[in-house]
Amino acid sequence: MHVHRFERIWLVGSLLLIALFVATVTYGAVGAGYGMVDAGGGQVDGTDPTASENFREPGVYNGSEEGHYDVYVETQRFLFVPGTNEPIRVPANSTVTFHVTSSDVLHGFEVVGTNINTMTVPGQKAMVTAEFDEPAEYGIVCNEYCGSGHHTMEGSLQVVPPSEFNETSEVQ
Amino acid sequence: MAHAHDDPTSENRAQSELTAGNRVAFVDQYPTAARVTRLCFGVSFTALLIGAVLGIVQALHRTNVFRGVISSVDYYTVLTGHGVLLALFFTIFFLSGVFSWGVARSLGRDLLSRRFSLFWFGLQLAGATAVALAIFGGFVGEIPFEADVLYTFYAPLQAHPLFYAGLAAWLVGTWLAGADWIRLYLHWRRDNGGERIPLQTFMVLTTTLMWYIATIGVAVEVLVFLLPLSLGLIDSVDPLLTRTLFWYFGHPVVYFWLMPAYFAWYTILPKLAGGRLFSDPLARVVFVLFLILSTPVGFHHQYADPGIAEGFKFVAMTNTMFLLLPSFLTAFTAVASIEYGARQRGGKGYLRWMTALPWSNPAFAGCALAGLMFAAGGFSGIVNAGMNINSLIHNTLWVPGHFHLTVGTASALTMMAISYWLYPQVTGKRLQFYGLAQIQPYVWFIGMALMSNAMHRAGLAGVPRRTAEPQYQQFSFEAVFGSVPEMRLQIAAGALLLTIGALLFVTVMVGTWLAERGRGRLRVDSHLPEPISGVSDSPRVLDNMKLWVVVAVVLVAIAYGFPIYSMLADGAFNPAVPPVPV
Repeated sequence: MHVHRFERIWLVGSLLLIALFVATVTYGAVGAGYGMVDAGGGQVDGTDPTASENFREPGVYNGSEEGHYDVYVETQRFLFVPGTNEPIRVPANSTVTFHVTSSDVLHGFEVVGTNINTMTVPGQKAMVTAEFDEPAEYGIVCNEYCGSGHHTMEGSLQVVPPSEFNETSEVQ
Repeated sequence: MAHAHDDPTSENRAQSELTAGNRVAFVDQYPTAARVTRLCFGVSFTALLIGAVLGIVQALHRTNVFRGVISSVDYYTVLTGHGVLLALFFTIFFLSGVFSWGVARSLGRDLLSRRFSLFWFGLQLAGATAVALAIFGGFVGEIPFEADVLYTFYAPLQAHPLFYAGLAAWLVGTWLAGADWIRLYLHWRRDNGGERIPLQTFMVLTTTLMWYIATIGVAVEVLVFLLPLSLGLIDSVDPLLTRTLFWYFGHPVVYFWLMPAYFAWYTILPKLAGGRLFSDPLARVVFVLFLILSTPVGFHHQYADPGIAEGFKFVAMTNTMFLLLPSFLTAFTAVASIEYGARQRGGKGYLRWMTALPWSNPAFAGCALAGLMFAAGGFSGIVNAGMNINSLIHNTLWVPGHFHLTVGTASALTMMAISYWLYPQVTGKRLQFYGLAQIQPYVWFIGMALMSNAMHRAGLAGVPRRTAEPQYQQFSFEAVFGSVPEMRLQIAAGALLLTIGALLFVTVMVGTWLAERGRGRLRVDSHLPEPISGVSDSPRVLDNMKLWVVVAVVLVAIAYGFPIYSMLADGAFNPAVPPVPV
């Protein structure tokens, strides 16, 4: 098949560019250690997640090691529990794993200005781990349409100085 | 649609005028195909008009420029209508029309049965009308129809059964349309044993086969799960499974929007530029790549989903990146063909040849500007495809910013531009309001440049998509580039220009529709010049559709077999989630 020389050069260039794109994504996963949301969270009950072994009463828990925390969040029309009525509070210099699921329809769990951004699907548990080095206050927004009050579904995440974080009263 | 050529005397007069200067109108050679194309275009442009009006209401509402038209609850009815009417009906009725024209023209024979063609058109129209009724019933409290489930209708949100039944009927209509084109091809094949498939028919066949493979997902989703759920025959679904079935269909549908544009860029645009297609073989390679790679990529819409292993997402990411190849090749061929045309017209220099192009011809200008914007949309799409960086922009305003460049410009503006060239040929009427048509592509281009750049930047700031009021009480967005009020203003101003662009287009089309036949000679004809590098340069295996279908199905089985199996292993309805009516 006759392919013009310029077109061959273009073809090779395009393939190299594609290889480069795949390489950057691979580097992000392997080199930089970015963990995707995946099947690791397991399944939970579709309407009552706390009835499942791998989901707990929504709130902040101590993690498997020092400085690690597990935050269980249930999304429902049109609330983050916790997050909407009371902020999620974690200390700075910590590693936090969010365990998020929904007890009605699909929602989104986006911590604004970060790459914490997952779908919440009834019946599935999403797990996202992030490090918080500095005290800061973030908004949480539902970014998947969930019904007529979707635009009111918001919350906040407060990363507070360790001195202001009370391990005994704020951790379950 | 009524047409002036019902009168035989004016028909004869028109005919003698049309054939003067070697311009036989398509409508006289292939009356059935011309009629089907006219009908499909009529529905397509009606959907465009309604969708555009909904679009401006939405843009003004969410940017808080003007919220007097609808409540924030009704915003989601408007959004559902905008998505469904534009993404499904404007685009695919256009495709049904332009492909009916393309097969008849390139095979040199009319559609075989007027009754069958009108039947599939009628079925598509009936389905689309039912879907529209189900959606717009949401505005009226007394009507029991509700379908505020958006274009993606994710379960367990549940619409009125009419919505799903209409979708199913419309889908069957599209399948029958494909069967009509395949039937005409087989009819031609009987008389032309050893011939290569004409290029336009080749494109129609590959696109149709891709559609058959891709729509299996949504057909199963609607018929096995969502319609029975809305009728109360089953009491729960597995939302991850239905969402996966949707995206099995939801990505290839993107190519179903884009293929009419590619079809136009390869076969019509070179002529409009004054030249010839650069390479017929490469065009075939591109369409084969789309056939085999379009479907096994759907998981790239589910990068942020729990319950799907990272490996499957990685496979989809790799396939997606390779799907860039046919678009890169198209960029080369389109630009090379245009440059050839410009040089034929006396263009000189490295870049100065561009000034020799017919920028005042709306069909050319629309296609060229659409192609330019598609390049920008392609690059923002690469960010979406990058599985880890996608977390920054997933479900933010970046995403609609991206697809308003692709489906909203590459497809939509090309479709409008080609209509300026094609509609006169299927009606035998000279294009009316030519001056409006000439400025329309530029209005659209400027409007989209304003709206889309601001949407991309708002997405980087974390502003979510699909929201009536992206203004919150507990926090505010911090812009990375520019400021949030400036972005809102650009989105609203851009949307206003786009609405004007859509209205200009519809004015030209309605004016042409209502014009009398035979007043003034057509400026256009359906003759398409031979490519510079012809089909004889390409291996015959490219025309082996059976082989490509097998390859496509194998790739789909690799990408989807295990994930779907694992979702079904615990029962097709587990984890069980009851419906939530909207």
